[in-house]
Amino acid sequence: MSIELVDVQKAFGSNQVLKGFNLSIQEGETISVIGGSGSGKSVALKHIVALLRPDDGDVWVDGENVARLDQESVYEMRRKVGYVFQFAALFDSMTVDENVGMGLRRIPDMTEAQIKDRVAECLDLVDLEGRGDRFPSELSGGQRKRIGFARAIATRPKYLLYDEPTTGLDPVTTAVIDDLIVRMSDRLGVTGVVITHDMKSAFRISDRIAMLYDGRIRTEGTPDQVRASTDPIVRGFIEGKPELMAGAE
Amino acid sequence: MMFIAQPVRSLGRGAIRLFSAVGRAGYLAGDAVRALRKGSLWAPHLIGQMARIGVGSIPIALFIATFTGVVLALQASDILTGAVPLYFVGTFVGKTMVLELGPVLTGLALSGRVGAAIAAELGTMRVTEQIDALETLAYDPVAYLVVPRVLAGAIMFPMVVILADAFGIAAGWGTSMVLLDISTAEFMKGLRMFFDPWDVQFSALKAATFGITVTSVGCFFGFHTKGGAEGVGRATTRAVVVGSMIILALDAFWAAVLL
Repeated sequence: MSIELVDVQKAFGSNQVLKGFNLSIQEGETISVIGGSGSGKSVALKHIVALLRPDDGDVWVDGENVARLDQESVYEMRRKVGYVFQFAALFDSMTVDENVGMGLRRIPDMTEAQIKDRVAECLDLVDLEGRGDRFPSELSGGQRKRIGFARAIATRPKYLLYDEPTTGLDPVTTAVIDDLIVRMSDRLGVTGVVITHDMKSAFRISDRIAMLYDGRIRTEGTPDQVRASTDPIVRGFIEGKPELMAGAE
Repeated sequence: MMFIAQPVRSLGRGAIRLFSAVGRAGYLAGDAVRALRKGSLWAPHLIGQMARIGVGSIPIALFIATFTGVVLALQASDILTGAVPLYFVGTFVGKTMVLELGPVLTGLALSGRVGAAIAAELGTMRVTEQIDALETLAYDPVAYLVVPRVLAGAIMFPMVVILADAFGIAAGWGTSMVLLDISTAEFMKGLRMFFDPWDVQFSALKAATFGITVTSVGCFFGFHTKGGAEGVGRATTRAVVVGSMIILALDAFWAAVLL
């Protein structure tokens, strides 16, 4: 089973963001979706957890078309998907422990002791053990992102969606986050979908890379295949040369 | 033709925005009613919200009620002197406080305090993606955020208003004794003369609808906040303005229907 977006179209007013977006994500892989700011990467990602519904097209998660699910079934489906937000989206009135344990409290039959153990285990996995009693405002940007990771993995999801996990971080913290993404895949065996425009990160963490351009997938392949692409739009983006992209349009 | 087309276009856009907002409010109300059955999500937060919305509002409600009671007694004395016996000051203060000024002034003050706080809190949660995060963690945000606030408003506003009614009357009584030379017996005679227990129920009923209005409007604008800090500010202002307007309209509605 896997995730598949088929001919997804999405517009906000007169702005057509996705114009027939197709992407197939295989179980166990980490795929990065690259593309310029405002190209619709996050919009595509939000369709997978039904935070957005497509105007047209289908979004399949483990054989279920989430675009057609009723709200209660959507909540069931979300139990197997973890979502790491761009700015962590931690609940600022709660401690780190409470944040990480939020998803666990929705699991029936999970005791307080089990929740406590799982929270400690997740904080350990993101190298932030012993910070459970702090509030998000007492943490650095990188630490907040790692708590966001811990919260997303706490329910042991099958899929992890990362929305620009390294945006706004310094190179060292970026490397730490990249290592974490690889660790999630290796240790937990989760399927990862990473939205990013950080090419270094994308090449470092991905099994496959897909580029979103003008509302559609422009190219997809292994990091080596994307690196060797002769498409001027792809080359212009990964080399940071807008003149190449302008010449191709 | 431009000078005609432009206002017509603006009017049309305004009408579309209004109908769109009414539609979204209807959806939110429907979702909130359906979310009532998810007690495990809203029940643990109900007491906390009752304390924040109700207990936290008591000082401002009593402050307003006290000075309103003082002014009512002084105005009643000014109007009634020479026309009717002065014990009617008690009647005037009691009736006006319970039927009108207690619920309405408290409702308007709490629209500023409670409605603004809810809109700002939920608006901030919306623009920082905390509401989306709740959704991804399989929480129904309407059950988790909206239902406990609206229920707390419906339960606590009547209590705060009845307390405010009592303080307003007590302030009027104190003013009558100290400044108007009206004895306690005279004031109580006037107060009891036209007292009807239904008045208190009317006051509480109005307050409950004001509580539902203020909290629902705050939740609606908070939930639909867009555009960062500026958007949160806009949502907060709209919650107070729209909440106050609906309170005044509801006040007239209840007066027409129940009096």
